Amino acid sequence: MPSLGPDMESARVIEWLVKPGDTLHRGDVIVVVETDKGAIEIEVFEDAVVEALIAPLDAELVVGAVMARLRVAGESGTDARAVAATERVEPTVSSPAPAVAPAPPSAVIAQDSVGTPAASSAVASAGHRRASPAARKRAAGLGVDLAGVSGSGPGGAVLLADLAAVSAPRVKRAGGFDAAAMRRVIGAAMARSKREIPHYYLGQKISMASALRWLRQANESRTVEARLLPAVLLLRAVGLALRRTPTLNGFYENGAFRAGDGIHIGWAVALRGGGLVAPAIHDVDKKSLDELMTGLRDVVMRARGGALRGSELVDATVTVTSLGERGADTVLPIIHPPQVAMIGFGRVVERPWAVAGQVEVQPVIGVSLAADHRVSDGHLGSQLLADIERLLNAPETL
Amino acid sequence: MNEQQIRAMVADALAGIAPEVDLDTAGADQDLRQALDLDSMDFLNLVIALSQRTGRAVPEADYPRLFTLAGMAAYFAH
Repeated sequence: MPSLGPDMESARVIEWLVKPGDTLHRGDVIVVVETDKGAIEIEVFEDAVVEALIAPLDAELVVGAVMARLRVAGESGTDARAVAATERVEPTVSSPAPAVAPAPPSAVIAQDSVGTPAASSAVASAGHRRASPAARKRAAGLGVDLAGVSGSGPGGAVLLADLAAVSAPRVKRAGGFDAAAMRRVIGAAMARSKREIPHYYLGQKISMASALRWLRQANESRTVEARLLPAVLLLRAVGLALRRTPTLNGFYENGAFRAGDGIHIGWAVALRGGGLVAPAIHDVDKKSLDELMTGLRDVVMRARGGALRGSELVDATVTVTSLGERGADTVLPIIHPPQVAMIGFGRVVERPWAVAGQVEVQPVIGVSLAADHRVSDGHLGSQLLADIERLLNAPETL
Repeated sequence: MNEQQIRAMVADALAGIAPEVDLDTAGADQDLRQALDLDSMDFLNLVIALSQRTGRAVPEADYPRLFTLAGMAAYFAH
């Protein structure tokens, strides 16, 4: 069981998407687990073949517990590795026996008869109904037993659409997470941040006149499906600006700074009904505005639908929050440990703005930075904000 | 298109965008973004869904006319 955040202790296995004998490629989603942040899809980080699924469905596993046994390409069958599937958690050789998770007899049998039909049937006979994570969440919210729903997906899997017929009562609670549990996680992470991280804060007002004019013109020639939101310009500007201030992009761990392996921006998504999650959008500085719009739409939908991937929860090297068009005009962010910086944008407001000695009314946004004084100083932080302003004033370069 | 028709269409569209919101709580003249806690991404996705369902291109400059159910009904009436 990989750690999907500094305060995660355990998670529950809700769906295996692979079976023994399956060939996996780096990035394949192999299992869905239920955490305080909702249902999370866990990916595999090496090419491998599934030897055995160790963790039974509905088992609550502590972080580090063995979930499955995989044979990594090039290894012999006797040297199979038990893999907890994120990059942070090194795959551990699990000999002689998986230590933490109490495996039921059926799983032990599966483990001993790797690759045989018996092993496959042991897993298949678990009486588990295949369903998409979104459908599973919706069904749980509705109190619907999936066994009674006919599925139209691959292998008879129940899809969200299949639940339409049984979901007459509208779901009113925020789907995909336990709000009280998420509040505890947020509280623990923020308390740790306030306790350990010596924050410094900087703020600056930036005119959005050029950026919004450019965006309006760009969107005029686009179909509604292809239109960009101002948030994408903010995201891209931060990504490019961070290239010049790499000590604001990374982690503070074990008394030292470790630079991020790319500019992966955690984008704070507010969940209706309360709660917050900041899935990573990878390599923001290398993606076009169109790619970022697609990526942003994708993670926002999945954050709210309860189907984020494990890597999206742990890969972020920095976090950005944008309060949006109905938010306050300034935010003072709290750094998400072990990251070392967070950038916040308030609402765009019309304000008097001096241009060449004249006062004009312009759209203005407040950008703020919270950064870790153990790693950087206000001088560097100011440079980041100045770069963000320069980029937003030249939107054609984004 | 009358208000009842637009309400049904919006409810259907929102089921795929923000399934947990309850359109019944929104009055005809209420700004849906406020009433349903829709952010700019939700609103854009709603405009896309309505544009696809009605076959109408909706220029960005017209978005303010779609903030309320009454506004939408009038906008898509012709």
